[in-house]
Amino acid sequence: MIVLDNVSKTFDGGASYAVRRVSLQVPARTFVAVVGDSGSGKTTLLKTINRLIEPEEGEVLIDEERVRGVAPHALRRRIGYVFQGIGLFPHMSIAENIGITPRLVGWPEPEIRARVEELIDLVALPRAYLTRLPAELSGGQRQRIGIARALAARPYIMLMDEPFGALDPITRDTLGVEYRRLHDGMHLTTLMVTHDILEAVLLADRIVVMRAGAIVADGVPHDLLAGHPDPDVRTLMDMPRRQAERVRALLEERARE
Amino acid sequence: MNERLSSALRVLPDYLSQHVLLSAAALALGLAISLPLLIAATRSARVRWPVLALASLIQTVPGIALLALFYPLLLGLSSLSGRLFGFHFPALGFLPSLLALTLYSILPILRNGITAILNLDPAILQAASGVGMTDRQRLLRVEMPLAAPMLMAGLRTSAVWVIGTATLATPVGQTSLGNYIFTGLQVEDWVWVLFGCGVAVALALVTDQLLGLIELGLGRRRPRLAWIGLALLLLGVAAAGAVPLQSRGRAGYVVGAKDFSEQYILASLIGSRIQASGHPVRERTDLGSVFAFRALAANELSAYVDYTGTLWTNILHRTDEPPRAQMLADLRAQLRSRYGVELLGPLGFENAYVLAMRRGEAARLGIRTIQDLARLAPELRMGGDLEFFARPEWRMLEARYGLRFRSRRSYEPTFMYKALMSGQVDVISAFSSDGRIAADHLVVLKDPLHAIPPYDAVILLSPKRAEDPVLRRALKPLIGAIPIQLMRQANYMVDRPAGKRTPAEAAEWLARAAHLN
Repeated sequence: MIVLDNVSKTFDGGASYAVRRVSLQVPARTFVAVVGDSGSGKTTLLKTINRLIEPEEGEVLIDEERVRGVAPHALRRRIGYVFQGIGLFPHMSIAENIGITPRLVGWPEPEIRARVEELIDLVALPRAYLTRLPAELSGGQRQRIGIARALAARPYIMLMDEPFGALDPITRDTLGVEYRRLHDGMHLTTLMVTHDILEAVLLADRIVVMRAGAIVADGVPHDLLAGHPDPDVRTLMDMPRRQAERVRALLEERARE
Repeated sequence: MNERLSSALRVLPDYLSQHVLLSAAALALGLAISLPLLIAATRSARVRWPVLALASLIQTVPGIALLALFYPLLLGLSSLSGRLFGFHFPALGFLPSLLALTLYSILPILRNGITAILNLDPAILQAASGVGMTDRQRLLRVEMPLAAPMLMAGLRTSAVWVIGTATLATPVGQTSLGNYIFTGLQVEDWVWVLFGCGVAVALALVTDQLLGLIELGLGRRRPRLAWIGLALLLLGVAAAGAVPLQSRGRAGYVVGAKDFSEQYILASLIGSRIQASGHPVRERTDLGSVFAFRALAANELSAYVDYTGTLWTNILHRTDEPPRAQMLADLRAQLRSRYGVELLGPLGFENAYVLAMRRGEAARLGIRTIQDLARLAPELRMGGDLEFFARPEWRMLEARYGLRFRSRRSYEPTFMYKALMSGQVDVISAFSSDGRIAADHLVVLKDPLHAIPPYDAVILLSPKRAEDPVLRRALKPLIGAIPIQLMRQANYMVDRPAGKRTPAEAAEWLARAAHLN
C-alpha cells in the first residue's frame, strides 16, 4: 500500500504550492488514475513517491516504510517508472535498455537475459528487436520497451506519467488495454497520471481528480460518472459520457437508414 | 635544393619524435586534467563559470608568451624546491613546453564536454534516475558515453592546436618541428621553413584523422574502429619514444646556440671539436637570448658562445663601461662567483650592436657617425631586431646621443635587412660580424661617445663542466683563433640568398680557414 500523508511541495519557497497537504491511500493491486489540468500537481504528486521530487512537508510511505529513509536509487530500483518522454538510452541496445535495472541490482547475466526475453514477449515485440537501437523503433514500440524496462526488476509498484500521451489513438488504446492486462496478471499497484479522462475511465479502478495542488474528487469511475457536487469534476466526467452518447446516436442513425 | 632537403631529412627523426612526444604528453595530461574539471563543471554552475572563464583566458594568451612565462615560474619553483628539498628540476625545455601546451589543450575538451553533457535530452537523464542509477552510474553509463563523440571532437581540436603551437617550444629550448621554422627563418632557408610547416601540418592531419576514427567508432558503436584508431595513435607515440634512444645515445655534452646564424655555426664548430675527441654531443639551438645563459647556469647546456656586452648589461645588469680588458676580467670573476660559470676566453672577434645605413643614402645625407645621425633622426625611420628596442644598448644610445626617430619598427633580422634594402626603413640595428654588412654595401655608423660596450664573443662553460678536461682541451685552441673577417664570411655563407651553405658546412670551412684542424 502506498500512503501519502499531508504532502506539500513548493518550487518557489512557499509563494505557491504545486501540491498542498495532499493525503492519499492506494491499496495494493489497485490501478489509480490521477487526472486534472496541466499544472494541477499530478506529476509532482507522482514523483514524490519515488523521490524524484522531495516534498517539503508530509510523509510518503510504502508498506508502512517511510521512503525518506530509503536511498533514492535503491527505492527507484523497486518501483517501475514510465513517462511520456520514455527516455530509452540511445547508446544501448533494446536488450541493454530492458535489462538495465536488473544489471544495476546485480542479477546474474543468464537471469537478466532470460528476463529480457520474457519481457519482450510480454510487450508483444519480436525478439529480433533486442539487438536494435532505440532509434530504429517506432514511438509505440519504444513505449512498449519503456514499459518492459520499468517491469524488468519485478517491481510491484508502477508509476506512470502520461505513458501513452505521445502515441497515436489506436496504439494508445491497444497499449492501454495490454498494460491493464499486465497490471492484473502481475498483481501490480499502478498510479497513472493522465490528462485523458476517457483513458482513465476505461483503465482505472479508481480516479483521483486534482485541481491547483489539491484532490477535489476521488472515487470509482462509475460513481464519478454518475455525478459529483463539484462543477469542474462534473464537466470533466461528463465529457466521456457525452462522447459515448454521440457515438451511440451516430450508430443508431446508421442502423435506421 | 636537394641538398637542403636532405639536410632537413637528416634531422627529421629527432625533431619529429620530440614534437610527437611533447604533443602527446601535453594532450594526455590535458585530458587527465580536463575530465575531472568537466565533471565538476557539469555538476555545479558555481564551478562551471570560473573554470570556463579561466580556460578561455588562457587560450587568449599568445602561445609563445605562455611558453616563455613558464620559464621564470619554473625557475622560481625550482630554486624553492632546491632550497626545501635539495632537488632542482629543469626550468627550460620539455617541462615549460609541456605545461604551457597542456593548458592550451584544456579549453576545447572542456567546452565541448560541458556543452555535450548539459545538452543531453532531459528525458534520458530522468530515465537514468528513474531506473535507479546512482549519480556515479548515471555519469559513467549514460552521460559520458553519450557525450563521448563530442568530447572526441573537442580532443581533435585540442590536438591540432597543440601540434601547431608545439612549434613555438623551440625558443624555450625544447627541440620540435619549430627548429626547422626558426632556423630556416633565421638563415633565410625557405626550404627548411616550408619543410617544418609541412611536417607539422601532416602530423596534425594524421592525428586528427586517427582521433576521428575513434570518434566514429564511439559514435556508431563500432568499438573495433575506435580500437584501431587508438592503437595507431599509441604506435605513433611509441615509435617516437623509440627514436631518441638511438639518436641521442648516452647523455654527453650539450652545446647551445641562440637563434642566429653565427651561433649555429659556432655551436657546430664547438660540437665537432668535442666529437672529434670521441665524446657524444648534442646541439640545442634556437634558444631565446636570455634562456641560453640560464640553461648553461642550470647545467642544461655544457657550453655556448655569448658576448661580453650582453653578459655585462643583461646578466650582471651593469651600466658602467670599463675598458675592454677590465670588463673581461670583471666578467670572468663575477660569472664564476655568482653562477659558477666559467668564461673560457674570447674567440677573437666582436659581434657588437651597430647602427647601419645604405652607403648611398648615408653619403647623400652626410652621415658618418651616430652624432650626425642624431641631427637628422627626426626625419628618418629606424628598424631594429625583435629585442633591440627593449635592450639597454638602445636606451644608452637614446640617452647619450638624444636619438629621436620619425618611426620605429621591429623585424625578424632577415626581414630587417630586406626592409632596409627596399627603403622601408633608413637605419637598422645590425651586428658587426654579420656578413650582410659587406654584401649589402652597408655603412656602419661610428660611436664616438662609446654608448655601446664591446661585444667580444666568448666561450662559456657550465658550472658542472667548468673544469672538464675534455671540454677544455677541445675548446682551448678556439681562443683568439677566429678573426672578424673569417666570421663574417662564414656567416654570409649561411645567410646569402644564393649558394647557401648549412651552418655545419660553414663551420667546417671556418675551421679550415682558421687553421684549426
